[in-house]
Amino acid sequence: MSKTVVIKGGTIVNRDSEIKSDVRIENGVIVEVAKNLKADVQLDASGCIVTSGFVDLHAHLREPGREEAETIETGSRAGALGGYTALVAMPNTDPPQDSIAVIDFVREQGKRAGLVDVVPSGCITLGRQGETLAPMAELAHAGVTLFTDDGVGVQNASLMRRALEYAKGLGVTLAQHCEVAELTEGAVMNECQCCTDLGLPGWPAIAEELMVFRDIELVRMTGASMHFLHLSTERSVELVRAAKRDGLPITAEVTPHHLSLTQELLATYDPVFKVNPPLRSAQDIRALKAGLLDGTIDAIATDHAPHPRRDKEMSLDVAPPGMLGLETALGVVLGNSELEIKDVVALLSWNPARIARIDAEHGRPVAIGEPANICIFDPDLVWSVDLERLASKSINSPYVGRTLRGKIRHTLFKGTPTVIDGQAQK
Amino acid sequence: MKHLRSIDELGVDGLVALLQLTDHMAEINQRPVPKVPALRGRTVASLFFEDSTRTRLSFETAAKRLSADTMTFNVSTSSVNKGESLRDTVATITDMGVDAFVVRHKSVGIPWQISQWTKASIINAGDGAHQHPTQALVDCYTIREATHESRFDGMQITIVGDIKHSRVARSNIQAFSMLGAKVTVVAPPTLLPPDLSHWPVQINHHLDEVIPTSDVLYMLRLQSERMSQGHVPTLREYSEQYGLTQKRVAQLKDSAIVMHPGPMNRGVEMQIDPSDVKNSLIHRQVANGVSVRMAVLFELLGSGSSLGGQA
Repeated sequence: MSKTVVIKGGTIVNRDSEIKSDVRIENGVIVEVAKNLKADVQLDASGCIVTSGFVDLHAHLREPGREEAETIETGSRAGALGGYTALVAMPNTDPPQDSIAVIDFVREQGKRAGLVDVVPSGCITLGRQGETLAPMAELAHAGVTLFTDDGVGVQNASLMRRALEYAKGLGVTLAQHCEVAELTEGAVMNECQCCTDLGLPGWPAIAEELMVFRDIELVRMTGASMHFLHLSTERSVELVRAAKRDGLPITAEVTPHHLSLTQELLATYDPVFKVNPPLRSAQDIRALKAGLLDGTIDAIATDHAPHPRRDKEMSLDVAPPGMLGLETALGVVLGNSELEIKDVVALLSWNPARIARIDAEHGRPVAIGEPANICIFDPDLVWSVDLERLASKSINSPYVGRTLRGKIRHTLFKGTPTVIDGQAQK
Repeated sequence: MKHLRSIDELGVDGLVALLQLTDHMAEINQRPVPKVPALRGRTVASLFFEDSTRTRLSFETAAKRLSADTMTFNVSTSSVNKGESLRDTVATITDMGVDAFVVRHKSVGIPWQISQWTKASIINAGDGAHQHPTQALVDCYTIREATHESRFDGMQITIVGDIKHSRVARSNIQAFSMLGAKVTVVAPPTLLPPDLSHWPVQINHHLDEVIPTSDVLYMLRLQSERMSQGHVPTLREYSEQYGLTQKRVAQLKDSAIVMHPGPMNRGVEMQIDPSDVKNSLIHRQVANGVSVRMAVLFELLGSGSSLGGQA
């Protein structure tokens, strides 16, 4: 039984209101929203925003299979420190999340860690091989609502059509990593002038855009719903904008790094900047931000992708793509967009909770009777990312040594503080 | 200067100075005993992760003529094949006491990554399709020697072939431009980088159009795997369009120079024997390789010592 907790002196941000008030939580539920509340545990929130805990649609927690990089526990802790109360675990584990056994294991490990809700996604195809469908109905009955082969898109158009048709019958959403593999063989970075200078194989924007286009048309044909993972190019945003205008059941996300870092960083030869899809141009960043402002892009998702140090000490062409994101997402987003606080919360919490279909528990208003999955952040706190202080098991954050504005102060998961004053509680 | 990893980091002044220093080295190489004690006590390690004959031998010869000790790291017998990371390998060799690493690797950026893991100087002997600065120095020196010009102002240099995958092209375009040359690249669009609008080059897809105006014709090697990758349909077709034939040689200016970084693909980009070309400098490129690399080693490691004396 959790203790009574009061959050004192913050500004509560909900969809339709913004008020200064204390919040009292008992047994995991918000029981009072009023001034001058008291309790056993008091969390100071002066100068801070009090809002619903963040939901990450795109976290690689690496367990089972690559526990050297991250475990569900360390990833959950990193998430809590980043203000998250729910993480959608990507299925590219070893073994992959294409069976009840693995789905249950991931969920149970999440409960054991007890820091966030770990929401396993399922594979679209068996073993993420792109050949036959995974047992989607079985996984859907076990509670999986989001299916993806993230890391590799489903290349075969016929198979993707069948997957969408099948998913429609189950009422689940497919999430696509948009990349036409034939166009990106050996690719290290965006195809651009910098890639010309470096002599590296390019990852052309059209490899993403062709897949976005194909899948929009497959959605139009099948009527199934689809979520586009980590969009990175200007034209992708335009395609999704047009598809939404046509009323198609499509949602999309962008990562904090694609909003803040450009392709030229590859000229440092540091594989920490290698990511898939690759960092793009300043013009793409402008288009992605415009997509956030006009609602074309529904969510900001981290694509948190831990890799052990030795893997990122390999050459650019050999090192695996991916960067950490959970602990820095808020600061990067606040510092790199013209979004209002309310929009930021929508993109980090309310919308992703809806896309992951966990909006009965997450992305809820801070109001009486609601589950206390809450984060409290100081939007103006300037801090620098310290490698030694990262909770993730890996250190491949592109923001190490950089200064960010905006930091999580406290996080509450089911009424229990998982983070107090920036410190993980377990 | 601590490292030589790209032509860029050398700058125009550094480039000119190294070419001048090469004159001294060439003079040493003319002596009956071509050896000086300048780098006695210094150790140079060759770290070649990619096959190379001429570049590696050229560096090792250069080091020996300056009396440096050399060690060669042979990848096929090394612990890299036992799972040792590149960082560990570099750290291990550094611990043995090494002043410079000469590095060749198939991956772009390796010389920069290694320079973060060791205090030794790094000389890039080729990283992927990125840079091969000593080859560019050799080529500049060779042109300088043949034309007796220290600047290439107004000179029309044509580079023909697989620019996209060529580290030699990337280093040479920078170096030739720094010295004032007008550079034209000639290749089918599939063998050009995706966007080179910011490079100081003219682009032409037809070799015959530029042959008559070229002062230097620089032929690049075409690797046969470019066919399977769909860059060119057949070697025959490539050779037809971009190979140096007797007919094309006849169209060259009398004073025009022909160069190739080697190893040549006879019957592909070289349809003729280079000895049939009046002004072929291909053998001079190889000969100058040692002098240029002596200059580079001396510049990086020879602080305080003089070039004088006999070994």
